[in-house]
Amino acid sequence: MHWVEFLKPLSEGAWVTIQLAVYSTILGAVMAFASGIGKLSPNWFIKGISVVYIEVFRGTSLLVQLFWLYFALPIAGDLIGVDLRLPPVVAGVLALGLNIGAYGAEVVRGAIQAVSRNQYEAARALNFTPRQALWRIALPQAIPEMMPSFCNLAVQNLKDTALASLISLSDLAFKAEQLRNYYQNSETIYTIILFMYFGMALVLTAIMRALEHSVSRWRRVRK
Amino acid sequence: MLFGYHWDTAHGEWAFALSILPMLLRGLLVTLEASVVGFFVAMVLGLILAVLKGARSRIVSWPATFITEFLRDTPLLVQLFFLYYVLPDYGIILPAFMTGALALGFQYSAYTSEVYRAGIEAVEPGQHEAAKALDIPPGRTFTHIVLPQAVPRVIPALGNYLVSIMKDVPVLSVVTVLEMLNVAKIIGDQTFDYLVPLSMVGGLYLILTLVASAIVRFVDVSLPKRGLPLR
Repeated sequence: MHWVEFLKPLSEGAWVTIQLAVYSTILGAVMAFASGIGKLSPNWFIKGISVVYIEVFRGTSLLVQLFWLYFALPIAGDLIGVDLRLPPVVAGVLALGLNIGAYGAEVVRGAIQAVSRNQYEAARALNFTPRQALWRIALPQAIPEMMPSFCNLAVQNLKDTALASLISLSDLAFKAEQLRNYYQNSETIYTIILFMYFGMALVLTAIMRALEHSVSRWRRVRK
Repeated sequence: MLFGYHWDTAHGEWAFALSILPMLLRGLLVTLEASVVGFFVAMVLGLILAVLKGARSRIVSWPATFITEFLRDTPLLVQLFFLYYVLPDYGIILPAFMTGALALGFQYSAYTSEVYRAGIEAVEPGQHEAAKALDIPPGRTFTHIVLPQAVPRVIPALGNYLVSIMKDVPVLSVVTVLEMLNVAKIIGDQTFDYLVPLSMVGGLYLILTLVASAIVRFVDVSLPKRGLPLR
């Protein structure tokens, strides 16, 4: 079979990979900001939840989290009498998003803490509420600092989507495995998908760079 | 039954958990072995890539840069499948464990090479000038002057990648390596109880990474800050 004929089934898989990556990146971004800001909260309850979430998801392996959500959670649900069987897509997006969100949380926390103390003092002197100080003073300065790390994490997340093939999600890696089983042409197929992942990562990097460029204007003081 | 141990499904969850602990610990040992071998490959290959990327000739540095980017931007799982299915076509038949450890090493060499490069570039230019003034040949300058100062600075960063490698070892289960997650999966497949073994793997991983991170931090504070004494 000529290698061009592999491209159609593989691009269907690539589309699933892209969707997985987009949804889990969005979930990851939400979790990163929620728990990164939560970790700095003066409220011990919010702080505690954020710290536990970050430590658990950073401290264990993504594949363990994926298998836990897919295989173990339904049994845990059975014990308490709730149906917690997740479709593979939901389990995949949840595991990927929660995992990358925990890594992102440390980036968010670090960037917010790196904002100069004077800025907070000035905000206070100008009678900003803590909420205003966070949204209008700290975050606009911190977000541009987060972008290079977010770019790395987004690429990392894209690569991690391949693991979702192990819970029978028909993404790019899964399609490749199917084709390999059928045609026994592993070298061609795997070379193609390695380059497809590489291409997707390059596009993603370009998008993140553009995003970085567009938020970098927040850093400049308007004169 | 696994590794000659029997699981106890008759006396409740806790007895079951206790009975599978020895099997999971056997898996943990494999996880550690794979991490160490993979880390070793990543350290050696990463240094080679870092040196090549820093070469003056573009014929050398561009391919090295491309290889690094390619290894970093493609999934470990796919690299692993590639090595596992394609190497035998070329007559290179390795045990699954070695293939897996190699894949880990390849993937992480892209990351470690960046770490080395940062460490090498952080050595003061004055050191190069002094070596030149003392008529030390470039190769010897690199091995005896630059590296001894660069390596202690990068060891903490390298250590963090060791922790990351540990968390990526479960991927090796797809090529039949019996590391901790695979052991838990097999126990689950046979006893229909995934909750206990998978939760235990999660707990063991938390302990493992906390201990490993503490060791990395300890090494970080006890390293000589001004370079390794060579004699």
